[in-house]
Amino acid sequence: MTDFGSMLFVFVLATFIGLGVIRRVSRLLYTPLMSLTNAISAIAVVGSIVVTGADHPLTIRILGAVALFASMTNIVSGFMITDRMLKMFKKQ
Amino acid sequence: MHLIGELSAVLATALFIFALYWMNDPKTARHGVIAGIVGMTVAVVATWIQPEIIHHGWIIGAIALGFVVGVPLSRVPLTAVPQRTALSHAFGGLAAGLVGMAEFFLWKSGSSTVAMTPFRMSALGAEVILGFLTFTGSLMAAGKLQEVKWIPQRPVTYPGQNVVNIGVLLVAVGLGVAVVLNPGAAWAQQAFLAIAALALIFGVLLIVPIGGADMPTVISILNAYAGLSAVAMGFVLDSKLLVTAGALDGSSGLILSIIMCRAMNRSFTNVLFGAFGKAQPAAIKGEQKEWKQESVEGAAQLLEQARNVVIIPGYGMAVAQAQHKVRELYDALTKRGVTVKFAIHPVAGRMPGHMNVLLAEANIPYSALVEMDEINPEMPQTDIALVLGANDVVNPAARYNKGTPIYGMPIIDADKAKTVLAVKRSKNPGFAGIDNELYVGDNTWMLFGDAKAVLSDLVRQFGSGGIH
Repeated sequence: MTDFGSMLFVFVLATFIGLGVIRRVSRLLYTPLMSLTNAISAIAVVGSIVVTGADHPLTIRILGAVALFASMTNIVSGFMITDRMLKMFKKQ
Repeated sequence: MHLIGELSAVLATALFIFALYWMNDPKTARHGVIAGIVGMTVAVVATWIQPEIIHHGWIIGAIALGFVVGVPLSRVPLTAVPQRTALSHAFGGLAAGLVGMAEFFLWKSGSSTVAMTPFRMSALGAEVILGFLTFTGSLMAAGKLQEVKWIPQRPVTYPGQNVVNIGVLLVAVGLGVAVVLNPGAAWAQQAFLAIAALALIFGVLLIVPIGGADMPTVISILNAYAGLSAVAMGFVLDSKLLVTAGALDGSSGLILSIIMCRAMNRSFTNVLFGAFGKAQPAAIKGEQKEWKQESVEGAAQLLEQARNVVIIPGYGMAVAQAQHKVRELYDALTKRGVTVKFAIHPVAGRMPGHMNVLLAEANIPYSALVEMDEINPEMPQTDIALVLGANDVVNPAARYNKGTPIYGMPIIDADKAKTVLAVKRSKNPGFAGIDNELYVGDNTWMLFGDAKAVLSDLVRQFGSGGIH
């Protein structure tokens, strides 16, 4: 039962931090913000790695590998396109 | 080994929060990308080196394939960024859904290492429902944005649609509750597959009635769903790192959704169940006013004599690939001492912040980009408002005409400028299918033609020496 409580606790605190930090994000940067948070939430890749790489039945590992591919695509394209867009913002 | 995992998770979490924090200023924003990449690498390496991971070839293969698809996806034209974003929400949802399925079957076959508490089983249900509905919903949104032929752009509605949609979702949730209550039942496996299938169907049904004008909001909402599915996955896998990262993503999606809804004067339920953007039921018009057309030479003269000009860009400008010509016009006017600002409506473009990125690509300094709330008080003192492919966001009917779907939507007060010059490709209504009375206003002059061609002609007027 402790896992239940502490996980919800982390979720609530993280949401408050998220709301606080995101509210201060420059309004110019909402598009790169979305691609950045998208890449960050692809941290789900750690779950896929365990499912793919551990000694599981073949079907499970196939599910994991597809998920791993999907997350990795988000990580790569998310960070790269965010940087590409941010490079374009110049003051003068 | 366990210690390394815990510490790396804390480090990655901190780096992710810093990444978002640095986005508060364009000057520091690129640090955020580096922080994100470092955090991600730390977390991936710490997971990979765990002793239970033995099939390294599989992981390397999937990661390599991720690079093969991800790199080209990061190089799409900036007009296609909304589609790419929707597609990445789809991938995020797919990953969560598939990992959820895998975890369920692992647990069913008795080879799972985590104990399946009712809490975890509920989270698993939420993960699969949110993941798969985000997957198909985002694919549909991406298809609509890409203007794929077999996905209708205009909202598709039928009687009882909301009842059907909510019914599908309720059945899925009901089955989820049944599985949580009877996890050991013989039918639990079939029920779980049915939940996944219903979620996939619900995602499609959810987006079918939503029109193009609502895409900025829909993308933001799907962003929140993708984040929440990652949170649910974190609950299932007992990973605080995943819960935190998902919550950051989810809260970002939530804030952007609220901003987008406010910018259109709509509620969440209205966006999801309101079927906005249908062809207007014969707008009631007292008098049919005529357009007044202006020549390029005349427009150049007006701009030359102005002290300050506010350019109001819309998606039409980007479609015509006219950003670079806008930059040339900006240079020409600035050189002559004219103050030029860009008025950016929150829903200009097809996703939050889209217009800023499109203008930044054309090297327009971000100090010239002004938000709607800041520019509106200046509009009455503005000599010329130059409307470039914007339509609904400058339609004065939003202020008073209750019959129009955009009633109540905050607009940029282009009509309050001393003179309005509007560039428009054709005399057809805009993305949301609504007539615009700005174009027939007393102080409005129309420049018909492709935005890029019109701007080229304008710039040429300044360059040819005809005007000094």
